[in-house]
Amino acid sequence: MAVARVVVPPHPTSDKRYKMLDATIKRHQAQPDSLLEVLHNAQELFGYLEDNLLIYVGRSLKVPLARVYGVATFYNFFSLKPKGEHTCVVCMGTACYVKGAGEVVGAIEKEFGIKMGETTNDNKISLMTARCVGSCGLAPAVVFDGNVEGHVSCECAVKRLKGWTHE
Amino acid sequence: MNSDELRAVAEKENAAQAETKHRVCVCTAAGCLSTGAAAVKDAFKKAVTEAGLGESVEVAGSGCLGLCHAGPLVRIDSKLESGTQSHLYVHLDAESATRVTTEHLKKGQPVKDKLCAIDQPFFSAQTPIVLENSGRVDPERIESYIAAGGYEALLKAITEMTPANVIQEITASGLRGRGGGGYPTGLKWSTVAKSRGTKKFVICNADEGDPGAFMDRSVLEGDPHRVLEGMAIAAYAIGAEQGYVYVRGEYPLAIQRLRTAIRQAERQQLLGNRILESGFNFRVDLRIGAGAFVCGEETALIASIEGKRGSPRPRPPYPAERGLWGQPTLINNVETFANVAPIVLRGGAWYASIGTPKSKGTKVFALAGKIANTGLIEVPMGISLRQIIFDIGGGIPGGHKFKAAQTGGPSGGCIPVEHLDLPVDYESLAGVGSIMGSGGLIIMDETSCMVDVAKFFMDFCRDESCGKCVPCRAGTVQMYDLLNKITSGEATVGDLAMLEELATLLRDTSLCGLGQTAPNPVVSTLRYFRDEYTAHIVERRCPAGVCRMGSAAAAH
Repeated sequence: MAVARVVVPPHPTSDKRYKMLDATIKRHQAQPDSLLEVLHNAQELFGYLEDNLLIYVGRSLKVPLARVYGVATFYNFFSLKPKGEHTCVVCMGTACYVKGAGEVVGAIEKEFGIKMGETTNDNKISLMTARCVGSCGLAPAVVFDGNVEGHVSCECAVKRLKGWTHE
Repeated sequence: MNSDELRAVAEKENAAQAETKHRVCVCTAAGCLSTGAAAVKDAFKKAVTEAGLGESVEVAGSGCLGLCHAGPLVRIDSKLESGTQSHLYVHLDAESATRVTTEHLKKGQPVKDKLCAIDQPFFSAQTPIVLENSGRVDPERIESYIAAGGYEALLKAITEMTPANVIQEITASGLRGRGGGGYPTGLKWSTVAKSRGTKKFVICNADEGDPGAFMDRSVLEGDPHRVLEGMAIAAYAIGAEQGYVYVRGEYPLAIQRLRTAIRQAERQQLLGNRILESGFNFRVDLRIGAGAFVCGEETALIASIEGKRGSPRPRPPYPAERGLWGQPTLINNVETFANVAPIVLRGGAWYASIGTPKSKGTKVFALAGKIANTGLIEVPMGISLRQIIFDIGGGIPGGHKFKAAQTGGPSGGCIPVEHLDLPVDYESLAGVGSIMGSGGLIIMDETSCMVDVAKFFMDFCRDESCGKCVPCRAGTVQMYDLLNKITSGEATVGDLAMLEELATLLRDTSLCGLGQTAPNPVVSTLRYFRDEYTAHIVERRCPAGVCRMGSAAAAH
């Protein structure tokens, strides 16, 4: 596809992260079909997708805000709320489920008084579940701050999270 | 790069490998990495240098070695006068890596307490084609892939074959779509080749969403070039110049390895413009998924690549005629593409000689659940489930009894003990109410409640329904609620009839595969484990002791 170069107006704030986002948009020549790639990058840079960010992405790619919002809420990967300092993702794939991942989630929920997808009041821990992290050989698997750990028991998961709250 | 240069790269790499006495292959697939394979690799490198063995020992990362539950795994290939001897070490750490270096690599005495028998059925009963390079080739170095005969098939296709010849070979091989559908690959290719369009596209579906399946991940992480080569051959056959790999966002390592592989292949002119100094151009771009199961459906996947919500659309027209941006598009699964290069190189007839009359070749399965050897296996079609579970998988641990095997994830069904001797192929599995699926094989013992498993899958489908069509959006919620009632001991016999009625309705009226197949786990557990449903409803008890019956059950 031959594409005319589009000049994206830089964001008025001097936030460096916007400059990096602009670079991504430029690399995709501000094509509307690069929306997912740009949102991925935006979430990487900002941690979550706040309203202003969605508006900015929409304007830069010339995509209506309704579609930006639609895409951002359709995919599980995008988060419109800030996450806690630490994230604990319990894999709920079939292999992990039959090996007791449900109990691990239950133990964490009970200990910290939060539900799946919620963050503790002190903003320390976000508890999430994943559809399958593909580490079925290590079931049940839990991802602590991006690191996959296998054969996780209820006690060991709770202990790990307690370590975070006492930092 | 031309053919001479390709062979020069292979020769140089092979010569370098010939000089080393021991080759230490540290499994760097996701499973082993999460148990500390990176530290083991570093420890080996350090120990080898300190022991002054740098000249004769090569330490390399490799793809999945299969036995994921025993990681980190390390295979050592040693050249002896009698030939090459391999040893497999399991459960290694930095300390034992140092020990293996001094004992095995320096003194020639394998460390017995960390060894794992390499002649056990888990390895010997397999037929690796897709996984033949996994564990042998360094996924981060294209030279290593070329030395193993990589890109020879692409060279053969471009220089010796016409696009029609390539399609003929694929058709003759009898290869069928490995994503689960089982559509004949040759037929799909020829349809796209015949379709008219200003541009054509090749898409590799690497949105492996089935919970409990990790075949595609292992192939992408262990042998990314094999998939790219398959895509390039497909592009040559159908006349495409642009390809996309749509890979799950949950697989960061696969994404990173693919990026590296594409960059290396472009630098060597094996992708990009004028591939192997011919007139054939083919570019591959990555598209990262964002966690939507429905994007495994081909029309939803196309919408996602176009930057939209992943909603499917009615077919026909099929993507082969009107796909990405309205142009003819070929979509195949990772494993299908990984089968292409060996077929082109060794011929369709060779591939067709493996397997059963209707299902040719091999299939990769991800063994997981209540089984001794969890990991990745590749077996010829037609092998019995009993062989897979008890010979290769090592049976059920802890003295438990086999209850059922679940294939095909949320779209599939379960296979009970009476069908253990069933040959594994597309038709036989469909005959007993399950599907081949993409290759996830979850084994369950008597401690698993089948109603609870059905509920688990319905919960999944309810969550993942895109919401475009009513039967799927509302039906999965209703079915889930009914299953929830059953597992909490509050259901009536009428609820069971309602569940069955809804199952038929969803199958017949949903827009895409997700909704049409969502009732399968329920239908198949009802077929074989109806007594468990009855126990929950009539006797208000869970035979496996999994479901916590609520207050209604206590009052009963």
